[in-house]
This record gives sequence, C-alpha cells and structure tokens, in this order.
Amino acid sequence: MKGVIKKISSDPLGLIGLCLVTLMVISALGAPIFAPYDPIQLNIMERLQGPSVNHLLGTDQLGRDLFSRVLFGGQVALKVAFVTIGLALIVGIVLGLIAGYGPAWLDNSIMLLFDTIRSVPTIMLALAAVTVVGPSITTVIFVVAVSSIPNYGRIVRTQTLTLKSKDFVKAEKLMGASLLRILSIHLLPNILGPLLILASMDIPTVIALEAGLSFLGMGVKPPTPSWGSILNDGFSLIRNTPWPIIAGSIPLVLATLGFTFLGESLRDLLDPKLRKLV
Amino acid sequence: MSDNILKIRDLSVNYQTDRGKLKALRNVDLDISRGSIVGVVGESGCGKSTLITSIIRQLDSNADIPNGSIEFEKQDLLKLSLDKMRNISGTQLSIVFQDPMSTLNPVLSIGRQMMDIQYRDKTSKKIKKQRSIDMLNKVGIPDPQSQLKQYPHELSGGMQQRVSIAMALQAGPSLLIADEPTTALDATLEVQILKLLKELQEEMGCSILFVSHHLGVIAELCDHVIVMYAGEIVEQGSTYEIFNNPAHPYTVKLLECDPASISKKQRLLPSIPGEIPDLTNLSGGCIFKNRCDQSIDRCDKHTPKWNEFSNNHYVSCHLIES
Amino acid sequence: MTLMFFMIHLVPGDPARIMLGPRATPEMIADISMRMGLDQPLVIQLIKFLGNILKGDLGVDVLSSRPVTEIVFGQLPYTLWLIFSAIFGAMLIGIPLGCYSALHRNTFADRVTGVISVACITAPSFVVALYSLLIFAVTLKWFPAIGAGEKGDFFDQAAHLVLPAFAIGISWVGYLSRLVRASMLEVLGENHIRTARAYGLTEFTIVYRYALKIAILPTITVIGVGMGFLISAAVLTEVVFARPGLGKLIIESITTRNYPVVMGSVFISTGLFVISTTISDLVNASLDPRIRDNL
Repeated sequence: MKGVIKKISSDPLGLIGLCLVTLMVISALGAPIFAPYDPIQLNIMERLQGPSVNHLLGTDQLGRDLFSRVLFGGQVALKVAFVTIGLALIVGIVLGLIAGYGPAWLDNSIMLLFDTIRSVPTIMLALAAVTVVGPSITTVIFVVAVSSIPNYGRIVRTQTLTLKSKDFVKAEKLMGASLLRILSIHLLPNILGPLLILASMDIPTVIALEAGLSFLGMGVKPPTPSWGSILNDGFSLIRNTPWPIIAGSIPLVLATLGFTFLGESLRDLLDPKLRKLV
Repeated sequence: MSDNILKIRDLSVNYQTDRGKLKALRNVDLDISRGSIVGVVGESGCGKSTLITSIIRQLDSNADIPNGSIEFEKQDLLKLSLDKMRNISGTQLSIVFQDPMSTLNPVLSIGRQMMDIQYRDKTSKKIKKQRSIDMLNKVGIPDPQSQLKQYPHELSGGMQQRVSIAMALQAGPSLLIADEPTTALDATLEVQILKLLKELQEEMGCSILFVSHHLGVIAELCDHVIVMYAGEIVEQGSTYEIFNNPAHPYTVKLLECDPASISKKQRLLPSIPGEIPDLTNLSGGCIFKNRCDQSIDRCDKHTPKWNEFSNNHYVSCHLIES
Repeated sequence: MTLMFFMIHLVPGDPARIMLGPRATPEMIADISMRMGLDQPLVIQLIKFLGNILKGDLGVDVLSSRPVTEIVFGQLPYTLWLIFSAIFGAMLIGIPLGCYSALHRNTFADRVTGVISVACITAPSFVVALYSLLIFAVTLKWFPAIGAGEKGDFFDQAAHLVLPAFAIGISWVGYLSRLVRASMLEVLGENHIRTARAYGLTEFTIVYRYALKIAILPTITVIGVGMGFLISAAVLTEVVFARPGLGKLIIESITTRNYPVVMGSVFISTGLFVISTTISDLVNASLDPRIRDNL
C-alpha cells in the first residue's frame, strides 16, 4: 500500500488527485466537527451575505451558512458515490457471473436487460424514475446504480465466458470442483483488481450525476444540503449573488478532478492495458 | 571499378535504450554496383533492419548516427534534408517490406494507393491509371483493371506482395531494397516472387539490396553476398565465393547449419552454440570471439581488419590476416 | 435495435394514483383509470401500448389532451440544434487539437493540452453552464441568458446557442482530443505508414489522408455512443439557460406529473440514442472497407 502511494505521488497529477481526494474525504467525514454551523439552520437576518469571517463562503437566501452546507454536501456526495458503485458492483458481478456461466437463454436475457438499460440516457432514466417514485436520495442511488450495473456486468461476463472455455477449468469441473470454488479462486482475484479501478474511475461521474439530479430538484430533498441543491439555490439567485454558485461548484469540481486524477494515476500504475477499456 | 550506386562508408548507428547505448551498427562499409543484386544475410539481431532503416532514413527518434556516410547516386543521404529525401524515396530508391498485409493501407483501394505514389507527376489521371495497370500487368496480376478497385484485405498474400513490388518499381528506381519480402509467404509463392524479382531486375536494370536470413534464397538470387553478425559485416564476396569458399568461422558455421546443406542424416540439427553478445556492453576484440571455435589470443583484444581472402572476397578475421 | 421495444418493460405498472398525486379523490382516480385504460390487466395495457407505439401514437398529454408525439416533436428540434452545435464545435476544435498533439508528442504544448483536456473532461457540463451564464451572460452581458431567440432570426438564435453549446461542447473537446491523439499515435506507428513514408508521400498526405482516416473510426463510435451523455447534458443545460427543448419539457412534466409526456420524452430520447449509434456504425463502415465486408 505504501508503495502504491509513493508511486502515485511521483506522478504530479496523481499527487494532486490524492491530495484533493484526501481533503474531500476528511472534510466530508469530519463535517460535524469542522462545520461552524448547523447546515439547515435558518438565519434570515444574515441571508445573502458574501464571504466573511463568520461565514467563510457566505450565506444563502435562507441565511444558512454555505460553508457548512458544502461540508455536509460532501457527505451526501460520498455516500451516494460509494453506495451506488458498491451496489452496482455487487449486482453487476453476480449478474455477469450468471450470464457468463449459466445457460445461453439466461445469458441472452441478461444481456438484453443490460442493453436496454444502456440505451436509455442516464438522466432520462433518473427522471423517469423520479416521476414515478418522487425525488429522494434513495431514488438517485437506485437509478444510478441500475444504470451502472451493465458496465461492470459486461466485463465480468466476458471474463467468465473466457474462463469457462479454458481447459484448466474444464479439468477442475471434471474433478468435481463446485461452481463457487472455480469462480472464487480463478475468476474473482483476476477480475477484482481491474474492476475496482474501473469503479474508482466512475466515482467522479456518479458524484456529478447526483449533483446534476439534485440541481434539477430531482435528488436529495430539501433541506438536506447537496452540492447540486446548493447550485440549484444559487441558480435562482444568480443575478443577486454569485456566491452560492461558487460555493457549490468549487467542491464539485475539485472532487471530480481529484478522483479523476487519482483514478487515472491508479490505472496507469496498475494496468496500462485498461486504457482501452475506458 | 564499376559504377557504385550505393556506397556506405564507416556507418555506425546507436540506439539509446533503458539499458544504455546499444551499438546496433559499427563501422559498416558497403558497395552496391549498378545492376547487381546484393544479398545481406545474418541472423536476427545482426543489424540488417537497422541498416535498411538508416538508408531510407526512418530511424526511430532514439537512434543516433555518430559517424558514417551513405552515398546514393553521389549524394550523401544522411546530409539531405527530409524534403529532398522524400523526393528520392519511392522514385530512385525504393523498398519492399516483409509482410504485405500490414504494409498496404487497409482503408484505401489498391488503385488509390498506386495513384497516390505518382503524386509528384503532373500528368493526367488517365495516364497515371494506365501506368498503374501496366505495372500490375508486369508483376503478373491478372485483370489489373478491376483489381484497382480492390482493397488489400481482399487479395491473397502473394498478390499483395506483387502489388507492393509493383508500387516499388513504379518509378523505375535504380535501387530496390527488399526486406525479407518472401519470409511471410509460403514456399511456392516464394519461388514465384523470386522469379518475378529476377525478371524485373533484368528488364529494368535496377540494383537490388536483398535482405534475408534464408540462405537458399540468397544463393538463388544474388550476385554478391554480405554476411552480417551483431552489427558488423564479417565477410563479403561473390555468391560463388561465399557459398563455396567461406572464410569467416561464422559464415562457415552458418552454411553448415542451413538445413538445405545437410547431406548426411543426423539426429541433431547443428547450431551455433552461444548467443549474440550484449550490444550495450561490448568489450574489445572480435565480435564473434565467444562463439568461435577457432579463436586465438589476438581475437580477445584486437578488432580484425578487412583482408582480401581471394578475388573480390573480403573477410574480417584474424585467422585470415596476411 | 429491438431492445428499444423492451424498454417499455421498465415503465408500465404505475398506477393512476401516483400520476394524480396524493390529493386525488377516488372518483378522479377511477375516471383517469378508465380514460387511460389503466384499470385493465397489465398485459393488455402493455400490448395496447406497444401497438400504439407502432402506430406512432405515444398517448395523450394529461393536461391539454394534445397528442404526446406532437408535444415532444415540437420541442425536439431545439434540443437537436443544441446537441449538434455542441458536438460539431467540439469536433472542429478537438480533432485538429488531437492531431497536433499526436504529431508533437511530449512537447510542452502537448503536455499542457493533455492536462487541460483532462480538466475539461471532468468538469460537469452544468457547472460550466452555470459559470458561463454567470460570467458571460449576467456579468459581462456578452450573450443572452435565456431562451432560444426569435424564431426566424438566424443570428439571434445563433447567439442564444453559443453559451449552451459551449457548456456541453467543452468537455467533449477534451475527450475528443485525447482520443484522437491516442488513435493517431497508434496508427502512425503501424507498418503501412512506414511504407507510405518510404514511398516519399508528403507528411500532409500521410497524416491527414492515410492516418486520420483510420484513426477517426474510434472517435466516430464514441460520438455515436456519446449521444446518451449529450442528451443528459442537454437536459441540464436547457434548464440552466431556460432554453426550450426536451429537457425543459421533461422537467416541467415531472413537476406536473404529466406522465405520458415524460414517458414519451424518455422514449424518444432513447430512440435518438439508438439512431445515433446506428449512424455512427454506418459511417464507420463507409470509411473502412474491412468493416463493410464484415457486416
């Protein structure tokens, strides 16, 4: 692990990425500690202020401290990112394994499902879901996870198919090895690494997606802060004050940049072949 | 002294690699007279590719030429600007590569490619097209008119190579470099292509620099043979002399190991023990010393000089020193 | 392509109650159910729906009772204009940039372009949109901030396109230039380029006619597949700039629970996506005879 960190640090972009990500994670996790105010506490008297000593990033139209909201917004972003990707990974792996290893009809059905999901633009999918179930953070997590499943599922399926036809697997089957054994010993160790790297490169996309949906009002429900909803507030105030927009966008851009740089550095480090997959 | 269209003198080429400076070619001298077919033979890594790439000036960016000159038709190619070189490449000096499938552009038709190489010529399209058809006829491609519309992957390997040869000879070069043109083809095709090259050479009077690791082909086609080993030329002479009177221990071994030359049935195929020395880390002395079974003390310390072994037959070996 | 058909599976099964919201009375629900055929078993609903689609009928708008197709197709051109200007602009800048980077590999210019490209890619388009709005429209007032411009007035409409197209296109510029750079580097290392050089062809011919023709193929595929992202980005950008289009339509329909319109829009955008991937495949086939022969 230390070696990995060292190598990443030697790449200038990777170093930047590492710093940004660390900053973001610490600030998000430590939001309750670092935030000077309660993010949803109203304070109409102090509304629409620019940055000051009291309010590092100013206040929004309801007087809420933007800096605190940003910090807690980080929590939302991280939560969405990790839960979504985690979910998508697990379901994707399972489906991919089934598709690759199981009978042809099952494979075809799963692939059809994947293709269907992939042919709908993600935001559209999210919006459709929101129409039905109403906006909430759970909806966002669910929709983004579902739309990411095919990405992981396809890779797992391809690898499983390749593995299935390999002679040493056939030999093991003959000897009575159980499905679980074959998959866990031969497939998973090989596939997990590249999958995780791919997943880490999806983090910035998911964060941006959540922000986008919240911006449209289809994501987290107010008053919960999310970078996207801060931007939404800022949008309506754009002619009055730029600060909410600046407050909401800076962490978003920094986070996406950070995770992207880190992810690319990680990928180049561990497996340059993956360049082709992305 | 016959007219030499190619005169290489003291050419050395180094590559900068992770492991250090790789001395790929060292002090190479080479002459090709007008109208002759010169073969370059040697195992992988002997420097044949570097030699060719140097002549056509397509060395990689990590290559560096510390000394030497390549005189083609009285011009030093190494001193030419890339523009001027571009005028010579493809017209007076031309090349056929090894694998025709990868040397022809896959997304353009044969006709398009054959027209493109005539771009310097300001004549009409019709004339250029006719030239292409004539050339295809010459190399033995049936129904050339319709072949012009074909794409490379739609032709067989042999046909592709014929097209490559047609393109190379299109402008009537005085020197054609053939870089293992038959290595990727099967034996019957090989024979046909060689026959074709011989005929064309006679008809057009160009010289050919033929590179191969296949001794039989060299013997069949060439007037003059150059033996390369690990970046140096160790022996050169007429085909007859080299094959019947080999002087350098490496050449001797090479001929012994050629399966075609083995007359008695043996259990084990002969081979030359050892490996090519590390070209980033050369100690002095003869380059072949660690694989030579006749080496003497002198071989360790002194690089052998050229010596005339017999008529038009030169060797670089201490054993032959007069 | 038939998968579009099955996309419908995702959607049916939504009761009228949700459509009407929590304040619907039982009578209203019953009425709407009957009108929209929602009281019939799901299977029948599905069959009827599919049948309707084939006839080109996507249902009726809940509020105004106009056919959904009419509404959606009315807004579609705005979105299409936006998407096409964005992607063409991105191609115009990104592709030459990528070529330049490939030809001048590892020079300072190349490295700088590389970093900027990555930065461009990562910035979410709606953030760029917001900032463009803020800086260029609100503060500097160089460009209009709202809407699509007067119908029939070309320059006005063009002016209204600039900022939104820029917002969407900027990340594509980065993406395309990196992609082109990588493809070009790969193609330029191949044997047939070496041969072309040996035949003395000019650098221009080699780079732009020989190498680019091959290197452009993955780029075209990417653009075709990228339609999905383009549509998503367009939705967000339209909201930011209050432009009419599919995005605005959908957002409004969601808030008014105009279920058929939402479905119709989603459906149409999926169709758009499928069409664009097909087109990109066809373009590739026309460029590369090897693909043609495999089809």
